[in-house]
Amino acid sequence: MAEGPVRTGKPRGNLPPLDLYVPEPRYRPGDTVDYSHLQIPEPGLLARPDEACEASETWPLTLDMVRVLGDDDRAVGPWNPHLDPETLRRMLATMALTRAFDDRMYRGQRQGKTSFYMKSTGEEAISIACAHALAADDMVFPSYRQQGILIARGYPLEEMINQIYSNRADRLKGRQLPIMYSAKDYGFFTISGNLATQFPQAVGWAMASAIKGDTRIATSFVGEGSSAEGDFHAAMTFAAVYNAPVVLNVVNNQWAISSFSGFAGAERTTFAARAAGYGIAGLRVDGNDILAVYAAMEWAANRARANKGPTLIEHFTYRAEGHSTSDDPSAYRSAREAEDWPLGDPIMRLKKHLIALGEWSEEQHEAMDRELAEQVKAATKEAEKNGILGHGLHHPFHTMFEDVFEELPWHLQEQAEQAIRERQTKWPEWKE
Amino acid sequence: MIEENPVSLHDAPSRSMNMIEAINDALDIMMARDPDVVIMGEDVGYFGGVFRATAGLQKKFGKNRVFDTPINECGIIGAAVGMAAYGLRPVPEIQFADYIYPGLDQLVSEAARLRYRSAGEFVAQITVRSPFGGGIFGGQTHSQSPEALFTHVAGLKTVIPATPYDAKGLLIAAIEDNDPVIFFEPKRIYNGPFDGYYDRPSRPWKGLPGSQVPEGYYKVPLGKARVVREGAALTVVTYGTMVHVAEAVLAEKGVDAEIIDLRSLVPLDIDTVEKSVEKTGKCLVIHEATRTSGFGAELVTLVQERCFYHLEAPVERVTGFDTPYPHSLEWAYFPGPVRIGEAVDRLMKD
Repeated sequence: MAEGPVRTGKPRGNLPPLDLYVPEPRYRPGDTVDYSHLQIPEPGLLARPDEACEASETWPLTLDMVRVLGDDDRAVGPWNPHLDPETLRRMLATMALTRAFDDRMYRGQRQGKTSFYMKSTGEEAISIACAHALAADDMVFPSYRQQGILIARGYPLEEMINQIYSNRADRLKGRQLPIMYSAKDYGFFTISGNLATQFPQAVGWAMASAIKGDTRIATSFVGEGSSAEGDFHAAMTFAAVYNAPVVLNVVNNQWAISSFSGFAGAERTTFAARAAGYGIAGLRVDGNDILAVYAAMEWAANRARANKGPTLIEHFTYRAEGHSTSDDPSAYRSAREAEDWPLGDPIMRLKKHLIALGEWSEEQHEAMDRELAEQVKAATKEAEKNGILGHGLHHPFHTMFEDVFEELPWHLQEQAEQAIRERQTKWPEWKE
Repeated sequence: MIEENPVSLHDAPSRSMNMIEAINDALDIMMARDPDVVIMGEDVGYFGGVFRATAGLQKKFGKNRVFDTPINECGIIGAAVGMAAYGLRPVPEIQFADYIYPGLDQLVSEAARLRYRSAGEFVAQITVRSPFGGGIFGGQTHSQSPEALFTHVAGLKTVIPATPYDAKGLLIAAIEDNDPVIFFEPKRIYNGPFDGYYDRPSRPWKGLPGSQVPEGYYKVPLGKARVVREGAALTVVTYGTMVHVAEAVLAEKGVDAEIIDLRSLVPLDIDTVEKSVEKTGKCLVIHEATRTSGFGAELVTLVQERCFYHLEAPVERVTGFDTPYPHSLEWAYFPGPVRIGEAVDRLMKD
């Protein structure tokens, strides 16, 4: 029988006790902000590998940052997607519409018209560029901050507002938390409040598309915070193993509610760098540069469609507002962070680019903003005719028991009858 | 919706199968009938599964439709949900029910809820097959019966066959069902029915009731219990392996018991249970799973709520103990003839 290792004489007796490291963000409320530690390369410097390249050729890019739009508002370098001015204007308008929509819905929540809202302020470029770079029938498995994709695909604002108000016209019958849209006809999967579950689902959808010899691809989005979930690893493993035609996006907006990106591992390396560990292609882009995002998404979509496999894209951006209407970011981070963000605002950057091209003007922009605000206002008014949350204009009671199963089983039938009885007791005059 | 089996089924050519063969046959038939059916799971491809349930299927239907997966149950169920959203009808295998927990979020929060939260836009028509239950010296990680975790979830169906005939017909019905189905296969009775007397020789299925399986397509509808044996003195409500144990114990005791094999827990055939208890006035619920918050608690409550004025004795439940399934003391855990016998004696003492 072995006697085991000798326990004496090891140098550890002289070491200090172990110490748990808990990450701490650089800045807290009231702090001045210094972003000089961020490595932000000049636009146009990075090479653009062929879309069919070995995955390893992309790995240097995962530690760098693809940028197209420079401080001089010009688009430069091999990643410049060379979009025509009409497309650029459409993308600008869609970003601005998304922001106008967010602003109005946020106010609607504050006015008590609904329970909850989540803005995508500062992150609009990611959704809108992705929607434009993909085919309209490619399948999106979104997280909760990709409303820009729905808007870019032409989903009616009024339907979105009906959902946010959980009113009687809500296509989801008032069952989901506001902004958890589902729009199958628009290639937009039902949003889950359980984070990152959509990531392996997107891979499964892409696998199915490959099984069927289809040409459509899938894409999915998680925040950097929920990239810590096991589902992320499951998705990356399955995507790599089956060479699935999928584009997996990490929207690194620096904050997961009050937890900074360090709690998802950002102090060690980039999120894009995880691609190398799974042996798949990876890109890291300036998420506030809509041309860079478009170029990366187009690259990855072309690669997937050519059966060359999955790509992980990290979109480096900043969550300019709170996580949702339920939190106050001034309680945990410096207000200077958003103001001083070195990658600017995606709408302003595209606007200035178009102006530099001679294809846009301040006057046109102001007119556009006014028009979009009116458009949102009109949609809101229409939707409000169908009711707002808590004012009685919801779907009929019995719909609560539908769609649990395809058919209503006896126990739900009995419970539905009880719900009707309860209502009759509380509101004898009620008519549906 | 429920397609009744044709009368001519009894005349259809049939052969003796064990439960593995019956499951394999059901998968084979559904793969051939529906090009959207795909099978995925750990070791299910070339090797044909650790219990051989998918043997030969990859060779017959190709690697695109029958394939091995990474050891990642979250990924298996998550990918299956995505495939279902595409329009496929995946039949993932979780190698042991004890391994299903990493996939629980994808089952509970996703598969079970898609139809509801999308108001019918997306559904998860997946059938998760998984061997469950003890009695094979599997220790605590290859013996569990976690069915109550799933019956607790709105939107999931839970199905458990007790014979080869039912295994094939129920699996075909589950695969065709448009809701997610957890299909637990009692692995102790894969090769032969088990009467609970572990110290007696085991018997193969051949020649025993439920082992003659029609060739070709047929369905056993979900939500329809099977009266294994009619009786007037006592109603026994059970499922899976315990159907056979109950049968043997009550035969030995000479009790005129009516034994009901539920076949599916959700949807539950409460009518058959109610009618029987109204007739017998006594009820014994048996399952192998742990006791506290087990499905037996639900059954006892339902019987109490719906049949109280017909009852002549307290409803009894016999279950596994509230411990992990111990390896060396497997038979001390298992709700065998002694434990069942005691409960029957209490019920029949007047």
